[in-house]
Amino acid sequence: MLYAALWRILPGPRWVRALLCLVLLAAVVAVCFLWLFPRVAPLMPFNDNTVEPHAIGHHAAYERLVA
Amino acid sequence: MRAARWSLGLVGDLCLTVGGLLLLFVVWQLWWTDVTAGRAQAATVHELSRDFAASDPTSSPSSSPRPPTPATLPEPSYGKAFAVLRVPRFGADWVRPVIEGTGHDVLQRGVGHYRGTAMPGAVGNFAIAGHRTTWGRPFHDIDRLRTGDLVVVETRSAYYVYSVRSHLVVDPTDVQVITPVPNRPGARPTSAWLTMTACHPKYSAAHRYVVFAQLVHTYPHDAGLPKGTLAAPKAA
Repeated sequence: MLYAALWRILPGPRWVRALLCLVLLAAVVAVCFLWLFPRVAPLMPFNDNTVEPHAIGHHAAYERLVA
Repeated sequence: MRAARWSLGLVGDLCLTVGGLLLLFVVWQLWWTDVTAGRAQAATVHELSRDFAASDPTSSPSSSPRPPTPATLPEPSYGKAFAVLRVPRFGADWVRPVIEGTGHDVLQRGVGHYRGTAMPGAVGNFAIAGHRTTWGRPFHDIDRLRTGDLVVVETRSAYYVYSVRSHLVVDPTDVQVITPVPNRPGARPTSAWLTMTACHPKYSAAHRYVVFAQLVHTYPHDAGLPKGTLAAPKAA
């Protein structure tokens, strides 16, 4: 439904619409790769493996090994 | 009836969208992070190498005699790149920057140094961590290291050559591997160790693959590494 509506809204002959769809797709991928994903990745459970130590006085105490 | 069909179609489109986004995220995580991090880490190594070369006192051969062993560095501030890591087993031209700290941001930019552990060449345990997969995956091949393989750490003052002694697979909470004497918390260190940690198995964070190496040679930076040090070891 969404995509059918998008196709109807886009102007021009079929090839222009197809081109516009590609441009929109590229824009979505760019936003995801450059902005969205770098921000949500640290929140993912499988990325929860890097921690910084608690500072106890001058000594750093680690609770987990990272990477 | 039309309304039902319409809303069913909407749900279908949304499912497609979510599926597409998830797939895109996997592509980003497993491929794109390697592309960007690989480039950035190479640039950091380039910068460090130029910086190290600039501080070599090679221009005046009659300079005062150096101390027999170069002094180890003080610990740098968090996020600062301070050493260059080379592991011939990973490839003759394999090279990565070592950066202070082990936060997400640091490990995306190279190999991280556990804060508070020894500095390169110092008595104690120079403990470092690297991603096994994604973000340039510096320690992807850590399980290919064999006893006797060399790990070379270059700093502003020296090249420190460590030789691999053993490896372990441990739980993420087994932090005693990075104590001054690896795996012996509380023991007084008498030699210089290097400990590498990475996720294990690949594409999982369930365990840690840990490699221990011991300092075998130190070369002043301006003298350079002996020829052949970085030659790829025989297949094992």
